Amino acid sequence: MNSSPLITLRGITKSFPGVLANDHVDLDIYSGEVHALLGENGAGKSTLMKILYGFYRADSGKIRLNGHLIKIRSPHDARQFRIGMVFQDFILIPALSVAENIALFLSDLPAVLDKVQLNRRIGEISKRYNLQVDPDAPVWRLSVGERQKVEVLKLLLADAQILILDEPTRSLAPHEIEGLFQVFTNLRRDGYAIVFITHKLKEVLACADRITVMRCGQNADTLPAAEATEKGLISLMFGEAVIESTHRRREPPREAAQPLLELRQISTRDDVSGTSLREVNLDVFSGEIVGVAGVSGNGQRELGDVILGLESCSRGAKYLFGQDATHWSVARIRASGVAFIPEDPLGMVAFAGLTVRENMALTAMHKYARQAGLSINWESVRSDLECSLKRLGFTVSSFDIPMRFLSGGNIQRVILAREMARHPKLILAFYPTRGLDVQSAISARDLLVASRDAGSGVLLISEDLGELFSLSDRLVVLFRGRIVGTGIPQEITMNEVGYLMTGSKMENRSNG
Amino acid sequence: MPGVARFVGLLALAFFVFAIVLVIFGKNPTKAYTDIFLSTLGNTYGFSEILVKMIPLILTAIAVALPSRIWLINVGGEGQLHIGALFATWGALNFTNLPAWILLPLIFMLGFLGGGLWALISGILRAKGWASETISTLLLNYVAILLVNFFVFGPWKDPESANYPQTAEFVNAATLPAFGNSRVHLGLVFAITALIVYYFVLSRTRWGLEMRAIGNNPEAAQRNGIPIAGYIILLMFIGGGIAGLAGMSEVSAIQGRLRPGLSPGYGFTGFLISWMAGGNPLGILASAFLLAIITSGGDILQMSHGLPGSVVNILMALILFVVLARRG
Repeated sequence: MNSSPLITLRGITKSFPGVLANDHVDLDIYSGEVHALLGENGAGKSTLMKILYGFYRADSGKIRLNGHLIKIRSPHDARQFRIGMVFQDFILIPALSVAENIALFLSDLPAVLDKVQLNRRIGEISKRYNLQVDPDAPVWRLSVGERQKVEVLKLLLADAQILILDEPTRSLAPHEIEGLFQVFTNLRRDGYAIVFITHKLKEVLACADRITVMRCGQNADTLPAAEATEKGLISLMFGEAVIESTHRRREPPREAAQPLLELRQISTRDDVSGTSLREVNLDVFSGEIVGVAGVSGNGQRELGDVILGLESCSRGAKYLFGQDATHWSVARIRASGVAFIPEDPLGMVAFAGLTVRENMALTAMHKYARQAGLSINWESVRSDLECSLKRLGFTVSSFDIPMRFLSGGNIQRVILAREMARHPKLILAFYPTRGLDVQSAISARDLLVASRDAGSGVLLISEDLGELFSLSDRLVVLFRGRIVGTGIPQEITMNEVGYLMTGSKMENRSNG
Repeated sequence: MPGVARFVGLLALAFFVFAIVLVIFGKNPTKAYTDIFLSTLGNTYGFSEILVKMIPLILTAIAVALPSRIWLINVGGEGQLHIGALFATWGALNFTNLPAWILLPLIFMLGFLGGGLWALISGILRAKGWASETISTLLLNYVAILLVNFFVFGPWKDPESANYPQTAEFVNAATLPAFGNSRVHLGLVFAITALIVYYFVLSRTRWGLEMRAIGNNPEAAQRNGIPIAGYIILLMFIGGGIAGLAGMSEVSAIQGRLRPGLSPGYGFTGFLISWMAGGNPLGILASAFLLAIITSGGDILQMSHGLPGSVVNILMALILFVVLARRG
């Protein structure tokens, strides 16, 4: 590691309406290091990195590159200074090939593409850093892990030396995460600086050289990974409040259990854009959490849509609370006591342009509408939302601001509170802790367990195997629209599930 | 507020470009504009005529603005207006013996029903995913106008009016009352009421909230159990109905009978107004006022400047560009 930092950030301050996102943050980044930026949601990690990438402009503060003061006004500027960023939601064009996507990003894109030379450069770099992808494959055919490789390749070909990755492990399978860390190691060897944002402690300890913990918009501390412990990091992230999670599994009272959801041989129409379900059989009983493991994109979204009544099934039958619900409308299913916590709240269930209060009212209009709909009982909307937030231990600054002004974690909190306010009997939780910081994730998990103990049924879909194993009473594995394995957490290992998730065991099974 | 300033600036630009057009025609643009504004706003009669024109403009603008809250593009105000007029005329010609207090509400409802059913066709096509409402409403305009022509040239032609293609004159009981000696009629009350109800429904009611939700994120709306297809059909029906009221009030209060060319493109101007206002009720009122002045301006340019009346269409087209520029 060089003795002088490649990049120094000094006194970076950035405020948004009502929030001080970064408060005089100092940060040094050296070449040849993997630097983890750790912190709970809303701690200002993403904001800080988006300032470095020129996506936001700081209100005050200085950025130096090799000791020279630089001004980064746009991502274009950032790329001139060889800074590159991989966002949480990749920015690839699905219809184009890998090589075309990479070419679009290059600043020296010629009028006529020299594909041979481009493919050769892609080949060289991907081999050197273990980032193999087929340059001619269209991006829509790639898995999430492969897409991420393309994003990294893009930056490398565009000659970036500082790579910023925003929650890169969010939707990767365990062995893909290991692969990514291997890539980090190779890049570090060649003098690249890697900054990655995360709130998973284990990853930080597994692959970072130095760790910066952010809390409330400030740099709480920067320390070498060798000196960090899980406990020490948690206390840095949360101040004194160290939280312990205890999910004792309780034997569910089987005899009294009611079937809440029964899917019988459900198949959906073939769909080019998504994965269709194939003969899915699934039961959720009252008082249990059924975990669905799988890499996202293997039919989770379709499963949710079928249960919610958004997508009709081409074959099979669906029963809710003992009644045939195959042809029920979404409204009827929601009203019957089904809550839905989605993977992407802002895209799937929330209204970015409407206020928090209006978002709350929209889930249960029949409850809040007065005079047949002529007016809305805002008082009761507010008190229900307040009450539910309080039960979850969440706070939201104002109910009258549009949802889009809330941070990702806060949006998820509002949606959780909104869904739980209805005291649902069946909870469809799709990646309920994705994007939540450690503390909020624990409250969300506690909530699911508490609902289970109170007799609700939970269908928990997650990619976090740790979460699935600690919460679920039963596990099923979804791969390419089929349920390829079932088990109870005590009798199946994480590795077995990991292989089922990625289809690695499929061949063995069909042969044997 | 900077948005308003920019909008006014862009409007000024449209007027400036139109001034150049007038110069090319060899006219003095300052004088032309002065004439237009003096003759419309300078005396009571001129102003009352502006109000008369604003009635169908406001109604057809709401017919566009209401479905546009959920991103439906209703280009069919003109056709819905014609069918509304057609239905109202049927009532007025067939129930001549009824007293006004029954006949007027009847033709009011018929006008609404006509426009509503006409738009409903497009609504159903869209809700089923069969055809874009933009295309179908646009094409149905021509069908509607030809349908009106069919009746006035054929079965409903008044045998007493020589060979003019027009129906018999409405009985008094089928004529919307006017205010004082002016031509300003009860339709103004309908238009203002419709505007107030439009505002109230959108901002206060359950339906308004659900409509804004659909407009904001249709996918999320669906997951929240909001019946999107139902809203598409309903909003097209109500929007079309309101345009039908414009047609009803034109035949009943202004023309006194059904004849071809009953609307100088009110439905299209209403579309322009709705987009200028971005669906905002006060914006609709202000834009309708401005466009009423411009429409009247055509007559003035024709009478005292020797220009074809349709020259103001150039100005309206320029304003449309301005509107699009503001959105872009």
